[in-house]
Amino acid sequence: MTETETGTEVLLRDLCDMWRVRLLEEKIRDLRLNGDVVGSVHLCIGQEAGPVGACSALEPADALFATYRGHGWALARGVPAVGILAELLGRATGVNGGRGGSAYFSAPEYGFHGENSIVGGGAPLAVGAALAGRFDGTGRVALCVFGDGAMNQGSVHESMNFAAAFDLPVVFVCENNEYSELTPIRDMVRADVLADRARAYGILGERIDGNDPAVVRDRVGDAVQSAREGGGPVLLELMTARLVGHYIGDAEQYRQPGELERLAENEPIARLERTLRSAGTPEPEIEAARDDAAREIETATQEASAAPLADAEAVRRHVHA
Amino acid sequence: MPEIRKLSYGEAANAALRRALEERPEVLVYGEDVGVPGGVFGVTKGLRKQFGDRVFDTPISESAIIGSAVGAAMFGRRPVVEIMWTDFFLVALDQVVNQAANVRYVSEGRLTAPITIRTQQGVAPGSCAQHSQSLEAFFLHTPGIRVCMPVTAQDSYDLLLSSIACDDPVVVIENRTLYHGGKQEVSVGGPVAAIGGLRTRRSGTAATAVTWGAMSRQVVDAADVLAAEGQEVEVLETPWLDPFPWDEVLTSVAKTRRLVVAHEANRTGGFGAEVLARVAEAGIELAAPPVRVAVPDLRLPSAPGLAAAVVPAADDVTGALRQVVAAR
Ligand SMILES: Cc1ncc(C[n+]2csc(CCOP(=O)(O)OP(=O)(O)O)c2C)c(N)n1
Repeated sequence: MTETETGTEVLLRDLCDMWRVRLLEEKIRDLRLNGDVVGSVHLCIGQEAGPVGACSALEPADALFATYRGHGWALARGVPAVGILAELLGRATGVNGGRGGSAYFSAPEYGFHGENSIVGGGAPLAVGAALAGRFDGTGRVALCVFGDGAMNQGSVHESMNFAAAFDLPVVFVCENNEYSELTPIRDMVRADVLADRARAYGILGERIDGNDPAVVRDRVGDAVQSAREGGGPVLLELMTARLVGHYIGDAEQYRQPGELERLAENEPIARLERTLRSAGTPEPEIEAARDDAAREIETATQEASAAPLADAEAVRRHVHA
Repeated sequence: MPEIRKLSYGEAANAALRRALEERPEVLVYGEDVGVPGGVFGVTKGLRKQFGDRVFDTPISESAIIGSAVGAAMFGRRPVVEIMWTDFFLVALDQVVNQAANVRYVSEGRLTAPITIRTQQGVAPGSCAQHSQSLEAFFLHTPGIRVCMPVTAQDSYDLLLSSIACDDPVVVIENRTLYHGGKQEVSVGGPVAAIGGLRTRRSGTAATAVTWGAMSRQVVDAADVLAAEGQEVEVLETPWLDPFPWDEVLTSVAKTRRLVVAHEANRTGGFGAEVLARVAEAGIELAAPPVRVAVPDLRLPSAPGLAAAVVPAADDVTGALRQVVAAR
């Protein structure tokens, strides 16, 4: 963010970035439904404010570790849409040449250190990235994303305590969309506020509005700064909602009547557009945010679809040094 | 009374769970999304409604799922728990290898851990490297844990019931692609076969092919091709890997003196290696070097084209069979 940018400019960029994520996800959904993309696909539609807000608070050298619901985090971190789409389409130009697919791709050159398909699997890795930063002097902060359900994995608890014990610069971001797969989190955890667990590790924990990119940027920004300055890890619980199934094909039988309508009221894109409108932002500027995003995703899709399929010969490489 | 029903592979497992819950009040069925949603593959559908609290959802905590089953089993319950994907077993392997496997041995039989852990594995198009491994060898390396891999819908009914009846910890490895295999005739409600044994899918004297799990289909297809070429291959499908039907397998190999083992797991340290070792230890003189058909020692790629390049197809098995049959 440059010094001269106005608040509205920043919000318009957030809006465009959220549209980029939303439209990428909608494109991936269509490609999955028509069979161009195969396998399990987990979309983050409705959760765009988290990645957009959080990634705008990171430095290039920081390390991001995400989950299988990671397309949006990758895009927000700067991974080009074309590389993501090509990966999902099994193309040679995919960020991992088709090895990772939708649920397990990475692009370390963009500070995107991978999705992870094992619930909680990324937390210890994030601790390690922060640990390495202590020795290499980069001051690298690791941001680790996981869901509310992952809060029940041993690896996540071990990581939070480990990072706390050594004041390691890790920002743990729990995206609480209130479901772990098909089961409501309230049925699986007695405590209401997951961020309260931070206290047990002697670190700061806070539940925040995860559907407002400015709030997320602000709170993640504080956490990153404090971690970078030696203040140790922080746990942020981003309250959000996914407006789609856990995976494409999920019948969503766990939804209450009227739930999706209620969630749509608070979904981050519509909400930010309302905010901008009531602040007097001209309609063409609001529309331009979406149009710019749509153009980018359309071009990326065409380019990715035209790329050659992944090379089966190459599949034997890289098992060992 | 036995009754024939048309069931898919997954529905047959559901029927087995229902029967176990009906007949044995000590059975509990639980795991992630197993209760109210009825399982992500629908295998536990309807059980929660019928059996209430004995069927329930858990947090995403595999160590606690398996460990609590071990503990509950030590105190008289017979838990049947689900690990959604075999890959997720790995975050809880301590509870299997260090805990469950030791209960009977260390207590000299005073305590037992009769738990059944259902999971599923295998390569499916687009499944990522953390969702497509075949890990049976991990469990087979652990004495005290029994392992089976249902192939047919009848297997998924029978093997699950015999696992639940078994007084040892049993890992039941179902297969994701087989869930979608359509309905088959399944005999339900009858007496349950003892664990162990094998199925001879084809008899012959030209060679012995030993296989398990989803690789069975490729092996049977390959044997059909060889039959058309005038070579009758004996195809032995082994739904139980522990106990393994060593006598029957060795007898067949002694007869044909040619051996191919095929599995979807990686080659090195795979159970196929054990089969070859036992044949060698038994002193069976082979007329051709034995061949293992397996996934080469790679991590599994996601893109369907890449996965197809590493997972053996029927053609690979055909090639292996031709090779052992042709050797003088
Ligand atoms: C160790 C492990 N156990 C189970 C699963 C299956 N699984 C995949 S996603 C998921 C739900 C996770 O929920 P949550 O952490 O809340 O994240 P969300 O999907 O809501 O983003 C489960 C149980 C897995 N991938 N890894």
